[in-house]
Amino acid sequence: MSSGVSVDLQDMWIKFGDFVAVREANVNIKGGDFFSFLGPSGCGKTTILRAVSGFLEPSDGNILIGGENMIGKGPNERPTALIFQNLALFPLMKVWENIAFSMEVRGASAGERRKRADELLDMIALSDQGDKLPSELSGGQKQRVAIARALCAEPDVLLLDEPLSALDLKLRQHMRTELREIQKRVGITFIYITHDQGEALTMSDSVAVMKAGIIDQIADGKSIYDDPSTAFVASFVGENNCFRGKISKIIDGQAVIDSNRTGALRGRIATGAQGKLSVGDDAMMFIRPEGLSLTDKEASDTRIMAEVHHSEFEGQSYNVFLEGTEGKEMKMALTNRGEAQLFDAGSNLKISFDANQAVIVPVGELASE
Amino acid sequence: MRDQPLLIRIGMSLYLLMFFTYLLGPLVLMGITAFNSASFPQISPWEIFSFEWFSKLFADDRILEGLKNSLYVGFFTVILSVSMGLAGALILTQIWPKLRATYYTLIIAPILVPGVVIGISTLVFWAEINRILGLSPDSFLANGIFLTVLGQSTFIASYCMLVFVARLQRYDIGLTEAALDLGASHLQAFRKIQLPFLFPAMASSAVLAFLASFENYNTSIFTHQKFATLTIILSQKVRYGIDPSISALAFIIVCLTVFFALLNEVRTRRAQLAVANGAPVGAVTSGFKAPSFFAGNPAAVVFALFVAGVVATVAISQVYDPEPAKSVLLKEKRAAQELRIQALQQRLKDKRLQKKMKGPDIFNEEKVGAKPKSPGAKTFGNVFAPNNLEDAAGSAKDKNGLKSKSPGVNTFGNVFAPTNLEDAAGSKKKDAPKE
Repeated sequence: MSSGVSVDLQDMWIKFGDFVAVREANVNIKGGDFFSFLGPSGCGKTTILRAVSGFLEPSDGNILIGGENMIGKGPNERPTALIFQNLALFPLMKVWENIAFSMEVRGASAGERRKRADELLDMIALSDQGDKLPSELSGGQKQRVAIARALCAEPDVLLLDEPLSALDLKLRQHMRTELREIQKRVGITFIYITHDQGEALTMSDSVAVMKAGIIDQIADGKSIYDDPSTAFVASFVGENNCFRGKISKIIDGQAVIDSNRTGALRGRIATGAQGKLSVGDDAMMFIRPEGLSLTDKEASDTRIMAEVHHSEFEGQSYNVFLEGTEGKEMKMALTNRGEAQLFDAGSNLKISFDANQAVIVPVGELASE
Repeated sequence: MRDQPLLIRIGMSLYLLMFFTYLLGPLVLMGITAFNSASFPQISPWEIFSFEWFSKLFADDRILEGLKNSLYVGFFTVILSVSMGLAGALILTQIWPKLRATYYTLIIAPILVPGVVIGISTLVFWAEINRILGLSPDSFLANGIFLTVLGQSTFIASYCMLVFVARLQRYDIGLTEAALDLGASHLQAFRKIQLPFLFPAMASSAVLAFLASFENYNTSIFTHQKFATLTIILSQKVRYGIDPSISALAFIIVCLTVFFALLNEVRTRRAQLAVANGAPVGAVTSGFKAPSFFAGNPAAVVFALFVAGVVATVAISQVYDPEPAKSVLLKEKRAAQELRIQALQQRLKDKRLQKKMKGPDIFNEEKVGAKPKSPGAKTFGNVFAPNNLEDAAGSAKDKNGLKSKSPGVNTFGNVFAPTNLEDAAGSKKKDAPKE
């Protein structure tokens, strides 16, 4: 169990009539990885999960689990267990019966089932709740029962379909850590579906960012955040200030774009975009709000002039909403160091950024707010 | 509402009263007639409180036979309709969406077809099948129970399907998927997950199917053959006039209905109460605890009262003997009748006296006396006159003298004597001395 079982999607297409839900997905998930599919709703990530678990057949391509082709096998023949978005706990069964359902269908005796269910209940810290009905549990408890039920089937791959989306913020954050711990303990491959980038980034070994059936980028969380390879990934994951313009020169992995409103700006060409950009191409440059800072530098290609529109206090940081030339909107986040950092509306600020934290990618569709 | 005018409140109460009288009045009235000893279902005039109609009901073989047939038919109809309804509803959820509306219309159609048509067509169809298969006319395909069950199930299954469809709409197909995902076969997923979810719907559709079957008349009338169901027996009985044993039957049925309805209500309320109080659901299904059984559950109280009432009634019926009261009533009735007869006779006497006062009747002198004479006397040659036989057997003496020489003469009161017709028609004086 320690190494886990790999999952490979090879040129997988899923179509519903004329509608292409998933386009040419190629994903290699290493055994024992915590892998996330991240994307806005309707991007096809749940469809991928259903294809992996066997509820629908891909129109084309292969699904390999542990190197074995799963095409033509039903969900009950695959070494996967799915945790449903609504959990799908059996409402008429007690908690322990729910957990041991996979053993029941294999014909295990009640005693065996109860013993295993109690072990798993201990693991999820619900030791004395086994005789309750699911409806008597709280949201977080149900969540853990669903995980225990899936784990009881001893799957090689655990699939999770936005399991935390129904929980409140505190519980969600708690469950994130818990899920990660469970995954480390059991050592099996987790495939996790979410539209919440926070979840994806905190838990995953790798993240695949999807947009309308297409996988834009597969990388670890840090790369996704710091080194997005498309405009969509840059704008979908976290907040970003986008500047659009023509590339005027390229030097050493860095490029200068002539932005339409803010003037010449220098940034780093994204790893995924290297070789795809040349002088004269339209490009987009992204700078994170926390990548902007106050400065008294002289004018350069890493300095922007802007007027404060309004600012707000958010606990760990101040958010300053700025207006550059011709109404270019920007957001700057300044870490709260205990000093007053609220600016009057209308005051002019000199803003600078590190060219290595400004990422240049080819022009593409932005994630809609 | 406080600010509602008195008039509206009174009107409202009146309306409710009328409404419930309309709704329940006939049932109550009929129930009461079952306890009146009068031989027609009535409450006024009230005779004697009695249970005789119940004993009469249980002694009536035809009703019991009909009841038995109805129960048989009901039992098999429930099994057939519930399973067909379940299958139909499941297909509805699985079928290709474009076909769904058509399928639905098709399967719901039997409800819209008159029962009479279903009855006839069932009969014709199976007779044809029977003929095609070359079976004898009294094979099981022509059996009344078989045909009635099939005929009724045709449309009762549709009712059941509607119940299942309503329940299935609340079923999360994700549960079946979860079961499959955990390694269950399709059959296991259905049996362990979906079927238990449908149990309440199965129960209610079974009740519905049984009631629909039990009260069905218009389909069964064509298909029952030798096996007349209760409704058919009752309708046949009505043609010869009804007696309160039918009320007794109705009363029993109403009591059973109320019993089960209350029982169900008690259970629902208990569950609701328990859940509202935050008790674990397991506690609801656990055993009976007397004090908590009634706590805050009006249905339980009504239920207990109802059961006590039934038990008391049955107990009373074992002890209570209406016979003395009945014989008293009978005596009274007889006395009243006697009085009436006497009054009638008195009137007759008076009439006759009045006639006598007017003067003696010359032509009918002998008739005047204590014994009234029917106008038919002396016709048939006095064959039936009281002393006729004496005459015939006793003496060969001939009243008519020469004419009679044979021993047979005068027998039969001279009916056949040649002059008899003359005698009978002509003079009555000849016979007069006989008296």
